Amino acid sequence: MTVQAIHTRQREDVAPDRPSLRQRLANQGIDGVTLLILPAFLFVLGVFVYPFLYGLVLSFNPIEGDAFANYRQFFSDPYLYNTIGATLWLAVPVTLISGVLAVPIALRVRLLQRQRLLTTLLVLPITLGTVLVAEGLLNYLGAQGWFNRTLITIGLIDSPLRLTNNYWGVFVSLIITVFPFTFLLTLSYISGIDPALERAAATHGANSWQRFRYVMLPLLIPGLVVAACLTFVQAFSVFPSAVLLGAPSGPTRVISIAAAQAAFEEYNASKASAIAMIMAAVQLVVVAGLLGVRSMFYRGSTAGGKG
Amino acid sequence: MSLASISFKELRLDRVSRAFGSFTALNQIELVIGKGEFVALLGPSGCGKSTALNCIAGLLGTTGGGIYIDDKRIDQLKPEDRGFGMVFQNYALFPHMTVLQNVGFGLKMRGLPRAEIETRAQAALALVRLQGQADKLPGQLSGGQQQRVAIARAIVIEPPLVLMDEPLSNLDAKLRLEMRAEIRRIHNQLGATTIYVTHDQDEALSLADRIVVLRDGSIRQVGTPHELYESPLYLDVAEFMGFRNKVVGKVVRVANGVATISTEGRELTGRAMDALKPGDEAVLAARGDDVVEGASGGNAIQAVVETIEYRGREHVGTARTDTGMELVFHGPRNVELGSRISLEIDALRALVFAKAGAA
Repeated sequence: MTVQAIHTRQREDVAPDRPSLRQRLANQGIDGVTLLILPAFLFVLGVFVYPFLYGLVLSFNPIEGDAFANYRQFFSDPYLYNTIGATLWLAVPVTLISGVLAVPIALRVRLLQRQRLLTTLLVLPITLGTVLVAEGLLNYLGAQGWFNRTLITIGLIDSPLRLTNNYWGVFVSLIITVFPFTFLLTLSYISGIDPALERAAATHGANSWQRFRYVMLPLLIPGLVVAACLTFVQAFSVFPSAVLLGAPSGPTRVISIAAAQAAFEEYNASKASAIAMIMAAVQLVVVAGLLGVRSMFYRGSTAGGKG
Repeated sequence: MSLASISFKELRLDRVSRAFGSFTALNQIELVIGKGEFVALLGPSGCGKSTALNCIAGLLGTTGGGIYIDDKRIDQLKPEDRGFGMVFQNYALFPHMTVLQNVGFGLKMRGLPRAEIETRAQAALALVRLQGQADKLPGQLSGGQQQRVAIARAIVIEPPLVLMDEPLSNLDAKLRLEMRAEIRRIHNQLGATTIYVTHDQDEALSLADRIVVLRDGSIRQVGTPHELYESPLYLDVAEFMGFRNKVVGKVVRVANGVATISTEGRELTGRAMDALKPGDEAVLAARGDDVVEGASGGNAIQAVVETIEYRGREHVGTARTDTGMELVFHGPRNVELGSRISLEIDALRALVFAKAGAA
């Protein structure tokens, strides 16, 4: 009886009040450490979000005409709107070819002992930068370059191939600069797939093509799509090699050249912003499309079970 | 589903070897496995049992010898051309396929019509008691269920040989016992020839028709569970089969297969497993179950209790003899730590081996 009385009293004294604010925030995953994202948040806000919104507003304030004048001008002038096609004509094949090259190479490299050496070799072009690669290719692929001279010497061709100042020059240099990205991403995705899955497929009768088709590829697709998105965005914003190695007023007049001309030759920041917005929109559409494709595939764990 | 239709008589390993550089993982393994047999490869880690299994599966090449099914040499074939079923330690289920697709995988690779794949996969799922889970992804299943799927996937192709690589080692103790019974039941039902790799002697004893004990890449002993349990031929095999107690002494006499050794001023007897003569250094080995505290018979040794555990029906403990030999014993009552007790060793079950290096 007395014991019960004490218990009752205690229950009245210590009311089961709500946990403190600090506790409730912690339950939501918000605590002191969360503040560490503040610098990055401010950085993104100041260096990305603000300029983007500024450009967006600027693009609707043309030097002359109504709010949509820049956009109307872009889509009525073939010299401008054709840049979208020209850029896609570079970026899409470059993305596809990088992906198609990266998968088999990564599948092989995964099994190598000296992965690091090869990886280093492949990463070099990234560290060199696009301008250096472009300059190098200008010499190497030019009419008097090693490539043409070798082909002429061994008698494969009579006169030098034209590989610079046209589509192919830009194409080759883009492949060189984006492939390492695609490859490294693909390699990391492939390395993440449990090797026991391939062994299981083999013992249950799948030959190497079937193992790739039914086990590796379906597990790789989500990763490959992300790799393709990043590769595409990189290739789509091509500028230095399109100017240096391409025909900047012809077939490699990419959208970034149009934007640069508007900004630094016509001094029309509003028009340049509009072009940049159109460029962003095209990229967004392509990336959204790719991610849509990705959502149709299995995206879960690539382990074969409890490990 | 019957595997009886596959016509082969035996799988034969003929001096199979596998070296990794200068390290010999498998050394001239000779083994004949009959159709329908359940054979366990047993040994501590690094003994070569998994290497042997992978060589049979074709996931690892051999560096010597040959593997034959009847007279057909198979060790040059790729794994996909051998047509075996395999159950992996971490299950290795395809995470992007449903349970049904996982089970039907081998049949699909063999180009069977869709309807037949479905029927046979469903039948295999019924066999492992996973009806109703067909459309789930492996990630949605528990560990035990995943292992059932892996077993179904391996047996659905009606392979001449099912290979199991420590299939229960990722499961918790209770599930392990359950799945053990399940594997035995499926084997009894299908009669599939099975090679089962494990480091767990209980698993091997309860599942296998025959046990192959491996050590350092060589076969130490082959026998039925009963033979291995009762008469391990070597001290190391005996240790692996649960003979945890070793009493070192000198042989006093040997008569009718019974050896008597003297140690710490006492005489102990056991079955002689090696050719022994008086004066030889010898080791008497006994299971903890065969060393009893509180019995009044002879064949006993004095020791001081170091640990004691309550196990319900009995107490199990360790004690140390005067010369520092540790003994595992059991008894009906709780004894004080540090007290001096007399431990009786079952003379009919204890084994006497020549001491390694002394023979």
